[in-house]
Amino acid sequence: MLKISLDRLDDFFARVASEQSLYMPVDREDGQAEFRKWTEGSKLSQRLNTVRSAKDFFFPQTENLVDFKIQGKNIEVLDTREECEDFAVFGVRACDARSFSILDKVFLCEPVDSYYKNRREHGVIISLSCTRPAETCFCTVFGIDPVEPEGDISCSTDGKSMFFKVNTPKGEEFVKKFADVFEDGDPAQLEKMKEFSRNVFKKLPLANLSTDSFGGDKMMKLFNSPKWAELSEACIGCGTCTFICPTCQCYDIRDFKTNDGVKRFRCWDSCMYSEFTKMAHGNPRVSQLERFRQRFMHKLVYFPSNNDGEFGCVGCGRCLTKCPSSINIVKVMKALEVEE
Amino acid sequence: MNSDTLIPLVGVVTDIRQDTPDVKTFRVVAPNGGKVFEHMPGQCAMLSVPGVGEGMFSITSSPTNTEFMEFSIKKCGCLTDWLHSMETGQMVTVRGPYGNHFPVESELKNKNLLFIAGGIGLAPLRSVINYVRDKRSDYGDVQVVYGSRSMDDLVDYREIVEEWTNAERFQVNLTIDRPQDGWEGHVGFVPDYVRELAPSTDKTVLVCGPPIMIKFTLKALKELGFTETQVYTTMELRMKCGVGKCGRCNIGDKYVCKDGPVFRFDQLDRLPDEY
Repeated sequence: MLKISLDRLDDFFARVASEQSLYMPVDREDGQAEFRKWTEGSKLSQRLNTVRSAKDFFFPQTENLVDFKIQGKNIEVLDTREECEDFAVFGVRACDARSFSILDKVFLCEPVDSYYKNRREHGVIISLSCTRPAETCFCTVFGIDPVEPEGDISCSTDGKSMFFKVNTPKGEEFVKKFADVFEDGDPAQLEKMKEFSRNVFKKLPLANLSTDSFGGDKMMKLFNSPKWAELSEACIGCGTCTFICPTCQCYDIRDFKTNDGVKRFRCWDSCMYSEFTKMAHGNPRVSQLERFRQRFMHKLVYFPSNNDGEFGCVGCGRCLTKCPSSINIVKVMKALEVEE
Repeated sequence: MNSDTLIPLVGVVTDIRQDTPDVKTFRVVAPNGGKVFEHMPGQCAMLSVPGVGEGMFSITSSPTNTEFMEFSIKKCGCLTDWLHSMETGQMVTVRGPYGNHFPVESELKNKNLLFIAGGIGLAPLRSVINYVRDKRSDYGDVQVVYGSRSMDDLVDYREIVEEWTNAERFQVNLTIDRPQDGWEGHVGFVPDYVRELAPSTDKTVLVCGPPIMIKFTLKALKELGFTETQVYTTMELRMKCGVGKCGRCNIGDKYVCKDGPVFRFDQLDRLPDEY
């Protein structure tokens, strides 16, 4: 198996960054981790996960879609798209790594979203297995193996070396390109540690959360549950959960007037906001109850209904730690499950 | 790079017709003439004035029209205000067509058809009505029941009176909500008029109008013996992308922009009541 000894990891980062943009989790001034572009001196964060997910790399918070040149009554459409340059993202955890396959189902189904596809084709995901999970982790509930994350390449460490497992042709190309930095290593010790980690994950407080009560076939029952009123009561509609969520992909399209034309851009939107569905003649989701319900119904019912039962949550736990009102998908699942 | 549906095409507004005090019908052609793209009856398009806004509108002209597309648009917001104040020769952007369409080539073929519309709800049905009129031998009898607040609010009044009433095996029944000087036709709400007309239940029904009208019309139809599998409608919710990705126009697990806008009532019955 390919490996790099940990004391040479920074050299590897430097080597990759010399050829293409490399992003990885680094510690911010406030102590939380976020993905940043590698520069001389960047240190890989030792924290479990980043505040914001890795979805930004393929579905950025804002992006230009198209420009318009306007002269009197005339409009000229300017396609400003450019082929994206190759880049690599190191240190994506198993939850975020799975989120890409969920986002793919949205953006790569017909008609394909060329903006997303462009980045997806040029970005190499190098995931990093988890050894010390947080109490808020529950990725295993959704069938994710945190010690064998998805991604083009998945990395695991035995404390001495970083092992690289290639999963896709794109990953293969990447390791070939940087073949000189890898050595051959025996992952025997690594396998033992993986088994140990798996046992840790089994003992997590949320490991036994059940998804049995959810899925497309439970749509009407769950939608009409009286529990939503109580569950949504504390929601202040801030939208934090949707922005930090690795699978939330709702977006808005807006225009920005420039000196000689108009820039049309896409930005993240949130189903938690009152204007999300507001029309000139009314709003089908009038209160926070409807908006709150939409978000969880989408992840637990509507998405699986349209995607062979796959849930729209990866159990990263970000909403558990960041919601200012302490409401989250786990509370929703537990409350609705009782009704079964 | 491949084309992307989010990048619109340009169209020129060549004709603007004032239909009612707050509805205008805009004729749109490609800069080099002809239609910007083809569509089927019931499908929609994203119409935009860059810098002002973009909105989803039903294409009200029939696909059998080979020269232009038409959009009947009610003035009721930022973008529609702007559209109502523009002059001919103005360019707009268009993208689409989006969504499914009325099953004119399958389930509706050879059927007796009953169209029920209220106010601007005629816009999406007009596409089907003219399609049926132009392919007359493919369909059975046609009855159009159309109502609005007043006689001034009947959209496409000239076409209705001059063309539809004279079309072969077409019956047109108009109604307005309240009595009005110069109106000798029926007065009353659409659902009540439908009850009064008591159309035979061998008809396939296409209904569109304000939600409250649709609701009561469906009730009247059921009383007359129609079943939900015979009745189609077309939905409208806020949309941004038009292709089921921006995440806002869903009713349960269905996106109105992609899986709709045309639904049969038995399909809607299986979905949450959130529209």
